[in-house]
Amino acid sequence: MASEKVIHVSDSEFDTKVVGNELPCLVDFWAPWCGPCKAIGPVIDELAEEFDGRVQIAKMNVDDNPATPGKFGIRAIPTLILFKGGQVVDQITGAVGKPQLQDLIKKAL
Amino acid sequence: MEQAEYQLIIVGGGPAGLTAGLYAARGRLRALLVEKGATGGQVLVTDWVDNYPGFVEGISGFGLMEKMTAHADRFGLEKKFANVTSLDLAGAVKTVRLEDGTTLTARTVILCTGARPSRLGVPGEQELVGRGVSYCATCDGPFYRDQEIAVVGGGNTAIQEALHLTKFARKVTVIHRRDELRATRILQEKAFANDRIHFLWNARVSEIMGGDSGVEGLRISHNDGTESTLAVTGIFIFIGVVPNNEVLPLDQLETDGSGFVVTDTEMRTNLAGVFAAGDIRSKNFRQIINAAGEGATAELSAEQYLGSQA
Repeated sequence: MASEKVIHVSDSEFDTKVVGNELPCLVDFWAPWCGPCKAIGPVIDELAEEFDGRVQIAKMNVDDNPATPGKFGIRAIPTLILFKGGQVVDQITGAVGKPQLQDLIKKAL
Repeated sequence: MEQAEYQLIIVGGGPAGLTAGLYAARGRLRALLVEKGATGGQVLVTDWVDNYPGFVEGISGFGLMEKMTAHADRFGLEKKFANVTSLDLAGAVKTVRLEDGTTLTARTVILCTGARPSRLGVPGEQELVGRGVSYCATCDGPFYRDQEIAVVGGGNTAIQEALHLTKFARKVTVIHRRDELRATRILQEKAFANDRIHFLWNARVSEIMGGDSGVEGLRISHNDGTESTLAVTGIFIFIGVVPNNEVLPLDQLETDGSGFVVTDTEMRTNLAGVFAAGDIRSKNFRQIINAAGEGATAELSAEQYLGSQA
C-alpha cells in the first residue's frame, strides 16, 4: 500500500517542501520506467510510516521534473538524497535494502 | 534430532529463489525466503526479456519478476526482507544469522544469492559510479538523451543493452576486446543494422576520465599496443558477473576458482542438506530460464533429502 505520508514534490515546490522543511527530508528520485525504483517503492512507504513525524519522505519523478535532478548532478536512479536544513547530508544510488536506508536516514536524526 | 524452526530456508529472491519458493509453498514445507532488497534479482534491471518461454511478445524484466513474485505469493510463500550476515551450514541444523541479530534455523538451505556485474577495475570507475559510470541501462539510459556514450562488452547483455541505449543516445560505441561478438546471432544482426551503434574492436578501457560534472572521456588501449581517447559522457559496463558469495561459509562450501558454488546435476553442494541454484552456481550459462529450472530442482532435492532424514 502506498503510504499517505510520502509527499510528491515538483521542481517548483522543491524549495518550500524540501529545502524549507523543518524536518530532515529524504527525497527518492525515481521514474516510471525504472525497475529498481519500483522495487524499492514499498520500502520507501514503510520508511515513511516508521519515521513519521521525525523525517519527511518525499518522491520526485525525474521525467516530469528535470531541473532538480540536474542541479544535484543525478545521472542514475534510484538516487536517494537526505537533506537537513536544506543541506545535503548524504546520498545513496541504487536499489539498496531497507537497513541501508534506515542507516542513511539516521544520519539526520 | 535437534529441532529446526524451518524445513527449508531459501537465501535470495531472484528467479531461482522464487521458483524454489513456489515449489516449497506448493509442497507445504515450512519454508522461508530471505531477501535483502526486493524480490526479482538482476532481472529487475533487465530492460526486456525476449527468450522466456510462454511470453510470446516478450516482457519487461521488472514485469516478469513481478509475476514470479506474485506466483509464489499465491501459494503463501513466507518471505522476510533482511540482510543475511552469516551462515553455518555444516551441521544437521543449519543456521542463518540476520543483520538485526535474529538467528533462524532450518534443516535444509538453498543458496540463491546470485551474482552482480563485474567492475572493470580501472582508474576513475569507482569515483564516477552514478555520474557517468553505470551497470544498468534501463535505470540510467534516459539521462543520456542525444549524448555520446560507450558500452563495454560483447556478450548478450552488452549488446541487448547497447540496443536499448540507442533509444536515447545519439551514438553508442561498443568497446570489445576481441574482433567478434559473443552475443547471440539475432542480437548481433540488430546491432550491426543499427546506425547509432559503432564498434571499437580489439580494445580495452584503461581509464575513465572525468571531473565534477561526471564522465568526460575514456582512455583506450588497443591490442596492437597503441592508445587513444574517446569523448563520452557515459560508460555502461557489461563484462560478466561475479558471485555474491560474501555471506557464504567459504570454509565449508566447495567453490570453483572464481568463487561460484559447485553442485551436482541435482543442485546438491558438498554439504548435506545444502543446495544452490541460479547465478551463484558454477556453470557456463546464466539465463533466467535455467535459474528457474535449477530452483525447481534444488527444492525437489531438498524435499527428497528431508524425506530421507525423517
